[in-house]
Amino acid sequence: MTKTADVHVALRGVSRVYPASAGHSSVHALGPIDFGFRRGEFVGVVGPSGCGKTTLLEIVAGLTAPTDGTVEFEGRVVRGDVPDGIGVVFQEDASFPWLNVADNIAFGLRRAGVDGAETARRVDYALGFMGLTDFRRAYPAQLSGGMRQRVCIARTLVLRPRLILLDEPFGALDQQTRLLMGEELLRLWRETGATVMLITHALDEAAMLCDRVAVMSARPGRFIGEVLTGWPRERDSRVVSTPGFGDLTGRLWSLLRDESRKALGMA
Amino acid sequence: MSRAGLLRLLVIVLLIGGVEFLCRIGIVDRFTMIPPSEMVASLVRLVGTADWFWPDVTYTLRNIIVATCMSVVGGFLAGLAVHALPRLRRVLDPLFSSYYSVPTFVLYPLLIVVFGIGPLSLIVMGAMFGIVAMIVATLNAIDRVPRVLLKVARVARMGSVSTALRLKLPAAAPHLFTGLKLGVAYSVIGVVAGEFILATEGIGRRIAYSYNNFDNATMYGMLVLILMLVAVANSLLQGWERRLHRRWYRR
Repeated sequence: MTKTADVHVALRGVSRVYPASAGHSSVHALGPIDFGFRRGEFVGVVGPSGCGKTTLLEIVAGLTAPTDGTVEFEGRVVRGDVPDGIGVVFQEDASFPWLNVADNIAFGLRRAGVDGAETARRVDYALGFMGLTDFRRAYPAQLSGGMRQRVCIARTLVLRPRLILLDEPFGALDQQTRLLMGEELLRLWRETGATVMLITHALDEAAMLCDRVAVMSARPGRFIGEVLTGWPRERDSRVVSTPGFGDLTGRLWSLLRDESRKALGMA
Repeated sequence: MSRAGLLRLLVIVLLIGGVEFLCRIGIVDRFTMIPPSEMVASLVRLVGTADWFWPDVTYTLRNIIVATCMSVVGGFLAGLAVHALPRLRRVLDPLFSSYYSVPTFVLYPLLIVVFGIGPLSLIVMGAMFGIVAMIVATLNAIDRVPRVLLKVARVARMGSVSTALRLKLPAAAPHLFTGLKLGVAYSVIGVVAGEFILATEGIGRRIAYSYNNFDNATMYGMLVLILMLVAVANSLLQGWERRLHRRWYRR
């Protein structure tokens, strides 16, 4: 599928089984999955609910160990720890309630020992593109859920990770904000050359943002197909109004429909 | 001040006024209790005249501060450690929850044998009395830290010490206050009550001594001092807690 030279992340036979515990038999949650992310590629993952998308993301990040198989990031097997160069935006609100917006965004930069002037510059920039400049001194409790998620996205992106893992990052946002945040994400992706893995349940979001969208089956989640969007690198949310767009979401849905029925027990 | 606050103040004033009244008209005789106004006057006089006053007060305060720091810091660290070891926690949990059914003060002969009659015994007594409240509060507080924040720490490649101090501690802070307030209160009780039975100086010792000598003026004056100390410490903690809660939960 891809040349080994430009493979940024490689999954080989990755699966995850949750062992049996009191009263529950073991659960085969995921895999086996073989997949490669090219360096600088924007890859979406869609799948029915409960198919192990989040588990997959945590395995790629090094937060969860696969039961079988390996993940390689930049040629090294991920084992035990999260490798340097990976940024994760979680589905839940992960803002720090004890820090104001600017300090939340600067958290990782300070941990990484980036100097004060550079930290201030990057935080200002992130505040700007996330539309949070007026809220830099506000605490998360004063913000809406969507704004808090933007703080978390900014906190991850200012670190300029080489691999960005996003777990339904726009789930808490309204549709318009979602489209505009998507544009910002595309712009940052182009500027930094990072590889992106976006987990989402919104087919239109996947079709708009990604170079390639992988479709997962119902549990145990496997990759059952993929759709190449064929967008140019220079793109923005206006692709949703091009003639091919409906075709893309349509193809995704035709791959997904049976699996979603299975996941809901309708098949 | 809020309506509830005003009513609370009124209740306190009425209580003190009632006691004052009962003392003044002689229903409560002077050997039992002196009027509250005289307690305060006695305290003011002691501050200016008694040569033992400042040495006793600083002795007790120092012991309280050391014991509080030991129970709060020690309790937090022990709580972190026990939290990281779920199996140990299952073993210890019942012991923690039955800890306060043990009358800690019966251990004072042992403390005297091990640490001697002096500040160390008192500090150990105060710290022992407060530490378990802090451990239990720490365990509960860390249970309530959202798991996603711990994942953020792992992605930021923070070590366990850094995660404990820069993430778990601030994230658990609002829930740690329960332990902090109990830890302070128990340490004060431990030290002052310890002074009653195993000290040669200090506020508790002074109260016990004046009690044995029918010196009601000194005894009640020092009692008022203790109450004031506790009230000040408590309102400082309350104020700190309120500021923190406002930051976390205001909408």
